[in-house]
Amino acid sequence: MEPKSAILDDREVMTLEAFADTIIPGERRGPHDRAVAGAAAGGGAVASGAIDLMTSEEGGLAGVLPTLAAGLDEHARDWAARRGRTLEDGVPAFAALGFDDRTALAATLMAPGNPERELWVPLAMFSVMAWDTGASQHTTDALAGGHPGLIAMGFTPPGADGLWRFPDFSYRKVLATVHPHTTESGDPA
Amino acid sequence: MSRNDSTDVVVIGSGFGGAIPAYRLAAGGARVEILERGPWLTGDDFDHDFKFGSSSTRAFEFTMGDGMNVLGGNCVGGGSVVYFAAMPRAPRYVFGRRGGIGERMWPRTIDRDALDPWYDMVAESLPITRQDWDDVTYSGGLFAAACSRAGRTANPVPAAIDRDRCTNCNWMMSGCRFDAKRSLLLNYLPAAVVHGARIRPLHEVQRITRTGDGYRVHYNTVDEVDYRVVTGSGTIDCKLVVVAAGAAATPVILQRSEEDLGAMPEAVGRYFSGNGERLNTAVVDEDKVRELLKLDRGDGRAYEAYQIGKGPVCASWDKLDGSLPEFSRYSLEQLYFPPGFGTILAQAPEAAGPTWFGTEKKEMLRRWQSWLTIFIMSEDDNEGVFGPPPETGNADRVSQQMLSRGALSYRPSADTRAAWKRADEDVRDILERDGLARVMPWNDEVIGAYTVHPLASCRIGDDPETSALDDTHELRGHPGIFVTDGSAVPGALTVNPAFTIAALAERAVPGIVAAAGRRGLPVRYVAEPPPSVSSSAWARTADR
Ligand SMILES: Cc1cc2nc3c(=O)[nH]c(=O)nc-3n(C[C@H](O)[C@H](O)[C@H](O)COP(=O)(O)OP(=O)(O)OC[C@H]3O[C@@H](n4cnc5c(N)ncnc54)[C@H](O)[C@@H]3O)c2cc1C
Ligand code: SF4
Repeated sequence: MEPKSAILDDREVMTLEAFADTIIPGERRGPHDRAVAGAAAGGGAVASGAIDLMTSEEGGLAGVLPTLAAGLDEHARDWAARRGRTLEDGVPAFAALGFDDRTALAATLMAPGNPERELWVPLAMFSVMAWDTGASQHTTDALAGGHPGLIAMGFTPPGADGLWRFPDFSYRKVLATVHPHTTESGDPA
Repeated sequence: MSRNDSTDVVVIGSGFGGAIPAYRLAAGGARVEILERGPWLTGDDFDHDFKFGSSSTRAFEFTMGDGMNVLGGNCVGGGSVVYFAAMPRAPRYVFGRRGGIGERMWPRTIDRDALDPWYDMVAESLPITRQDWDDVTYSGGLFAAACSRAGRTANPVPAAIDRDRCTNCNWMMSGCRFDAKRSLLLNYLPAAVVHGARIRPLHEVQRITRTGDGYRVHYNTVDEVDYRVVTGSGTIDCKLVVVAAGAAATPVILQRSEEDLGAMPEAVGRYFSGNGERLNTAVVDEDKVRELLKLDRGDGRAYEAYQIGKGPVCASWDKLDGSLPEFSRYSLEQLYFPPGFGTILAQAPEAAGPTWFGTEKKEMLRRWQSWLTIFIMSEDDNEGVFGPPPETGNADRVSQQMLSRGALSYRPSADTRAAWKRADEDVRDILERDGLARVMPWNDEVIGAYTVHPLASCRIGDDPETSALDDTHELRGHPGIFVTDGSAVPGALTVNPAFTIAALAERAVPGIVAAAGRRGLPVRYVAEPPPSVSSSAWARTADR
């Protein structure tokens, strides 16, 4: 089988996918999907290209991803041990945690005062951005390809030349009284 | 590769604080070199695209700090290229602010009356125009109608936008593809080039040292795609230096220069203000928009128009009231932030689980077209302090472009937090009446506070203990170095700051001309407005 990423092994991919899915959850890609927990309808961060964005050369995170994946799994094992959860063998620990546990663990890792939050917050940001900007692709391509996040948000597609224009943009009526001290130039006094 | 050149004046940074003196000094006969760390992008370079590597990351900078994160421009034209062009003047009371230091922050020579002629000059040059209700977008109109229903006033905000060209595409933060936004690429910068100024993009200034009769500015050149990669270095000798790298960068350059130039004033790298900035995002109930506000787009939709527009166009100025005590004055401005920056910290109202990520956040995002974001500009207490500068640049770059980690730390005082809370409550009062919307402030725990309006990190003032510059913008103890960007503004303005930064830069020019004269440079003061051009590509072509 083709490896899923040129710079990560499949276990690392699965862990990072599970993290991305915790940030913007989505539906499973198939019956055996372990990384995506299926906690929400429609594609989530994973289906929106989270791994592509994390591993992109531009993003600058690629080099630290194996360390981050290992860190997540270690935290997950620790979390499970303390709560008496058994984690399935052969599945990376973070992916093996249930969705509620993943969510609570992610919240803890990114909580104010957590010394490691500087590692996890950027990973979460990339996960959100994968879903709501599709930044690993051109936006026009993402929309044309049915990008789950942009489509779910109702992001209006561009015109034929790939640019956005909104000729109708205003209710075109007076909607409030302006401040009584507004100056001639329209400024506050 | 290393070069050594000389000129009369080096200007560091090409935003408002840099472009304005650059034009006037060049027009007055000075040889001017403008060093800008970012690329020189124009018209067609401004992509409608979120992809990493498009203009949305090439021209933009997001510097994470400890408790304060700064967003700004990284390109020729600086913040004017990526900003929203909302340009109100600062209200009169601002100039009498005292803040936590308990004494007047602004020099006695500057108040609104003194600044008005300089504001006029900038308004004519960009130009800035008064907006009317036909210019107000759906989201601005929605906010106005909600204000009105709550017994408040609301104003269309003056803007530096050419209304005939603007397509309301809302890609402001990637630069304006249609040259509708009146950025500095259309006025001061081309005018500077006409008068012989040279703009050097991808030149990142590191430090300033002294020469026999002036200064030497040291820079690195950086790769046009991967800004982490240094491609060369050089120096330029000059008589005068204008530092205008923006409030997140100017103090870093000066701190790094201390080793050679000698001690900097105490206030360099202190008193940073985020302009009391804070955001709230509401999700509106479309039926209530129709029912309570009687709004209709004419196609069956009441609103669902968050994506449409040109950033902020409408503001409520009821609390810009000088009779109120400090820390209770603020403006509320409707705003659009694109996905990414504009969504990450927004919080799902009534969430039982995490508010800023997870299932409930995703549900909130699905209703994105029904969002309304309100921007609070209040009074903070200049809490920001810069730690030691990084080895090179202004901050350690994480990504090839856009993302870096800097040395700014910020702990909001009780007064600042109280101001935010009052404004948050006010937003809720306006928008949640009768179930019109549900609103939450952005999360301020995940990364701390954030600002697109960095100010005051090297400020003007009368007291040498609490200000780095005198009222002519000259750096105390270092004659011939002037600071004319947002770092010179003494504190939060309770409105968008670029107009005030620009007016102060205009006001500083006669003093810089006088300093040039004292150094034997035959420079005169030129008062004519810069001729305006209609294409941002014009100056880049003329420069070749
Ligand atoms: C998204 C966004 C929207 C905004 N909207 C508005 C608005 O609607 N109204 C408003 O009033 N204000 C707005 N602002 C703020 C406004 O853009 C800034 O207040 C203004 O640009 C500051 O001017 P400045 O001269 O201080 O710095 P800047 O405009 O930031 O210019 C500084 C320049 O110096 C360069 N530089 C930095 N370090 C170095 C170095 N070491 N060497 C060489 N060059 C360097 C930077 O790349 C930049 O080009 C907005 C800002 C952002 C980010
Ligand atoms: S909204 Fe108008 S001014 Fe802003 S980028 Fe689009 S066309 Fe330019």
